[in-house]
Amino acid sequence: MTLLEFARGPGLQWAITIFIVGVLWRLLGILLLRTKKDLSEPRNPAAWKGLRLIALRSWPRREFLGGTAFGEVMGYAFHIGFLLTLFFYVPHVLFFADVSRGLIGTDLQTLTGFAWPTLPNGIVTLLAAISVAALVAVLIHRIVNPVKRLISNFDDYFSWFVTVMPLVTGLAAFAHFVGWPYERLLAFHLLSVELLLVWFPFGKLMHAFTIFAARGATGLIFERRGASL
Amino acid sequence: MSSITVGEFLRSRGVTRRDFLRFCTATTVALGLPATLVPRVAAALEQARRPSVIWLPFQECTGCTESITRAHGATLESLLFEAISLDYQHTLQAAAGEAAERAREQAMKDNWGRYLLIVDGSIPTGNPGYSTIAGHDNLSMLKEAAEGAAAIIALGSCAAFGGIPGAQPNPTGAVAVADVVKDKPIVNVSGCPPIPVVITAVLTQYVTFGTLPELDALGRPKAFYGQTIHDRCYRRPFYERGQFADSFDDEGARLGWCLYKLGCRGPTTYNACATVKWNNGTSFPIEAGHGCIGCAEPGFWDNGGFYRPLSTGNWGSARTIGTAIGVGAALGVAAAALARKRQRDAEGA
Repeated sequence: MTLLEFARGPGLQWAITIFIVGVLWRLLGILLLRTKKDLSEPRNPAAWKGLRLIALRSWPRREFLGGTAFGEVMGYAFHIGFLLTLFFYVPHVLFFADVSRGLIGTDLQTLTGFAWPTLPNGIVTLLAAISVAALVAVLIHRIVNPVKRLISNFDDYFSWFVTVMPLVTGLAAFAHFVGWPYERLLAFHLLSVELLLVWFPFGKLMHAFTIFAARGATGLIFERRGASL
Repeated sequence: MSSITVGEFLRSRGVTRRDFLRFCTATTVALGLPATLVPRVAAALEQARRPSVIWLPFQECTGCTESITRAHGATLESLLFEAISLDYQHTLQAAAGEAAERAREQAMKDNWGRYLLIVDGSIPTGNPGYSTIAGHDNLSMLKEAAEGAAAIIALGSCAAFGGIPGAQPNPTGAVAVADVVKDKPIVNVSGCPPIPVVITAVLTQYVTFGTLPELDALGRPKAFYGQTIHDRCYRRPFYERGQFADSFDDEGARLGWCLYKLGCRGPTTYNACATVKWNNGTSFPIEAGHGCIGCAEPGFWDNGGFYRPLSTGNWGSARTIGTAIGVGAALGVAAAALARKRQRDAEGA
């Protein structure tokens, strides 16, 4: 079995399995926790309005803009680039369509009549490069800033590593990185994605699944207690 | 080794000096040798004695033989093929049965240690009766012939990597030549079938210089297997621009766009199809509108469906995903129940 065969076969299957098991384990483990009953009189009976926090926290507050602008800009640059690359690059779309056919017997286009749009390769390359640049910038910032350096641990650095590697190896495979056979580059790309999937549920990357629920829960508590959002 | 030189033989077949030099130039360039070596190649080939070649076909479909002997009609390549002293090839030779076997044994005895052995087809290692020639099983025949060979050419993906007989579940226990013979130089000329000019180029180098070409990690001549089909594909610009055919009869297919979405294995297949081409240089599969199926690579039969895009992978099935969801949900519920119990215990205490 070659490295590519392993990466496309057993490696991929195990990584997906660990990802699903890990994510459900952690998500249900959190969501099914018992919440302590709040016996106090609510300051604001319409506590559901606190769900606004999900959107509000996605935008910098004017008074803190000076301190958070760098992180916000880099964060958006990385996330937008990463997600567009993941979901709109042709080979990736082909993978998702194949998974869809395997799971429900059809793909999105056949099911809905709408084709899954894709981006031109040149645009995807640019977006992926911007994502890598943003990740490098935030890493440097993390290392240079004494406070961030102090509060950073293995999870932060390893999560950064497993996030940047699929982008770097994907760009290398697309560019047919000089002197390296394509199938090795493709195998490294797949293996880096598999490392990301395996690490995802057990580190800070899990925020992708918990961030909006956590903001919503916090917003509900704040609103009930009459705090200004 | 025949007493007639290659030059004498070709002249006897009516090959002109001009055609001969044209062949030498094309072969020298194809082998990646400098053009300054053309006169040396011509002189050496002219004087070379016809080497004895023994060709053993094992578990094969005769496609490799067809490719080499008939693909281009009566070209100089096929004449060169006749210029070797092909002392045994049971598909091509007139003799049959015991007479053919005696010819093989005699040729091996006369040229022990000097003859070139060509093998096409894989070798069954299961029951010896799976594949026999005149009562001899393939495995022992290969071992015996390999012992007296100067070098071996494993012709086609079956001989080079096991091919379709070696595909899962491999009922005959088929293996490649290199899995059996460990102490002789082996050149793998993979492909299903291989490109004719590759085998004639390897033969020319051997006849001319007495050497074998530089090989890649899979034992294939680097001059022909050094780049992927994708690297030299004329449809590559469409790949770069993200223009793909979605089916074999859509607008993209008619405009000659990239066949990646239709399962083309060009990016992971090393062969010279895109440059040397087939049918006397007419075209190659991608030019005819079908993606590369990766036939020059090991295990290409077992690498998923030919029409599944390269990026799809073998991610599992609905059953494995369902099992993972079930296990994950059970673990999550169990973890939450444990945490709730601890919460209650803490409140009770």
